[in-house]
Amino acid sequence: MAVRKPPITTREYWAPGHAACAGCGCAIVMRLATKAFSEAMEEKYGDPDAFAIAHATGCMEVVSAVFPYTAWKAPWIHVAFENAAAAASGVEAAWKKLGYKGKILAFAGDGGTADIGLQALSGMLERRHNVVYIMYDNEAYMNTGIQRSSSTPYGAWTTTSPPGKYSIGEDKPKKWVALIAAAHMVPYVATASIADPYDFYRKVKKAAKVDGPAFIQVQGTCVPGWRVPPEKSVEVARLAIETGVWPLFEIENGDFRNIKFQRFPKDGKFKKPIEEYLKLQGRFKHLLKNPEAIQQLKEQIKEMWKVLGKEVELP
Amino acid sequence: MPTWKVMKGNEAAAWAAKLAKPKVVAAFPITPSTLVPEKISEFVANGEMDAEFIKVESEHSAISACVGASAAGVRVFTATASQGLALMHEILFIAAGMRLPIVMAIGNRALSAPINIWNDWQDTISERDTGWLQFYAENNQEALDLILIAFKVAEDERVLLPAMTGFDAFILTHTVEPVEIPDQEVVDEFLGEYVPKHAYLDPKRPITQGALGFPAHYMEARYTVWEAMENAREVIKEAFEEFEKKFGRKYQMVEEYKTEDAEIILVTMGSLAGTVKEFVDKKREEGLKIGAAKITVYRPFPIEEIKALAKKTKVLAILEKDISFGLGGAVFGDVGRTLINESEKPIVLDFILGLGGRDVTFANLEEVIEISEKAMKEGVEEDVFWIGLRKEIL
Repeated sequence: MAVRKPPITTREYWAPGHAACAGCGCAIVMRLATKAFSEAMEEKYGDPDAFAIAHATGCMEVVSAVFPYTAWKAPWIHVAFENAAAAASGVEAAWKKLGYKGKILAFAGDGGTADIGLQALSGMLERRHNVVYIMYDNEAYMNTGIQRSSSTPYGAWTTTSPPGKYSIGEDKPKKWVALIAAAHMVPYVATASIADPYDFYRKVKKAAKVDGPAFIQVQGTCVPGWRVPPEKSVEVARLAIETGVWPLFEIENGDFRNIKFQRFPKDGKFKKPIEEYLKLQGRFKHLLKNPEAIQQLKEQIKEMWKVLGKEVELP
Repeated sequence: MPTWKVMKGNEAAAWAAKLAKPKVVAAFPITPSTLVPEKISEFVANGEMDAEFIKVESEHSAISACVGASAAGVRVFTATASQGLALMHEILFIAAGMRLPIVMAIGNRALSAPINIWNDWQDTISERDTGWLQFYAENNQEALDLILIAFKVAEDERVLLPAMTGFDAFILTHTVEPVEIPDQEVVDEFLGEYVPKHAYLDPKRPITQGALGFPAHYMEARYTVWEAMENAREVIKEAFEEFEKKFGRKYQMVEEYKTEDAEIILVTMGSLAGTVKEFVDKKREEGLKIGAAKITVYRPFPIEEIKALAKKTKVLAILEKDISFGLGGAVFGDVGRTLINESEKPIVLDFILGLGGRDVTFANLEEVIEISEKAMKEGVEEDVFWIGLRKEIL
């Protein structure tokens, strides 16, 4: 009897026993990304192990590598918060000289990417290093205790954007690093979500197989930071896609006029209201009492889609 | 046969890098060091150097890329100065803590503010606690030689620490001198190939580098850096001996000059040592018993050598181009630490001079001698002196 190849490799590089929270969306990112990477390396170089990981300081670094333990079954290095892209550049250059065939995978959170690591990321992309940079976007500085980053969405509560008499919570629109990355006209840029693992898997494989740099911004739920129950981690991420809050797209070679979308409603009309996404999360609890702020958020989401070349309707 | 070439200090550093054959160089331009990456770019462009040169977007990324490359297991070189070194500060600790033998050439330059591109040692002195070995060159030949020696020591398994070699901004970086370029084969013999046993990112034997150290492990990790720095004392001496055998030039932790019967010894580092030795000759002719000592290795601090030096004299006059505000010069503090438990010790005086490229003249050194002689006769009232200050504009 023919055995069907599993759609996702059974190889593991992210071992159980790491210290991430129950329901952590970003732990799913780590596991899936390394699996997909390995499959791409196998297909491209005939060696599933042909990669190394450079990791920024942050949640996934802290939970995975507490001396003398490690959750990593791949060669892995952590240097500091803002320099995953630069450290990855160095590893890639060394591999070139050592004659290793393979690719470097960099992981950083939204703080390490959108804020403190943006310069290093830009340098790495511009210099065309053979690195796939995955930004696991849990939309705040979760490791230090839920402080806002430039990737925190409008209206969200964080410990540095608390709602109050003079505050609606976070008062700036979310910054989309994927678009900044695409402006470097690198071979491949994408967004992804833990709620669509096959899409994410495919995108990581594609990123891993291109020659040159690639960037993926993947939304990963933070259970304590978003104030969601662990069992709703994937559900809330799915609602982000279904309500239009989280776009899924691919931009190749900076070609903004030919963006490929995934799970985009054909008529541009999202069926579920963003309130369904918001109400699952404690970080938006205060917002539900503030229709003006919700309207504002909807306008921003429409603007974001416009930048991507889409007119959308949000119920 | 070694060849002679008239070259700037920066070129000497680039030549040293070429001879050491690093596989990765990551650097960012900064005055006065810019010529080092420029020259390396030329070597790479002409196929004279087989290295990946990463033209990074900042010094922070330069050292971060160096850490990545070194952790992947190759020999790595970079160069910077002043603000650039200060920007690297965070990662310098990490390079040392991860035990990566990166070598970095520094054109010693003042730190802002006010912004100033000229020479003093504040940049490297401010990094003395990062766990990097520190060497200071007196001339362009030393600028070249000390980089080779730095690689040898840094990569030794008893050490495995990064190293920085300082050479003074403009006084050396931009001044031409005849420099002997050693034979490549002899350098190859001296350095050998770098094959790390502790740092590699090899898919066939995956390891985790840069893990979190809890209180249960952190202190021991830091202690091993202390131990490595202590081991470096012996390894440096061995490297100096081997270097002398192979290349004929002698280096010492502290180089003494006419110290035997000296009542006052002027202790300094870098290119200032040249001026001071000439001054000693002049004063000796006038019948004054003075000598000089040059600290070539500042980290690890040459504790035994300074203790031995102190036994020979009545006054140690420290001449330094750096300042730790609220204390005095850093070298003064280090010499003080060295002598604190000695039963007999000379007077130690600190002279802050030459900051931000201010010329150090014989007149300045005359003042140093006057103050030292007065302290010998009348005792010490003050011990930190700013020499060559333009009091009229204060």
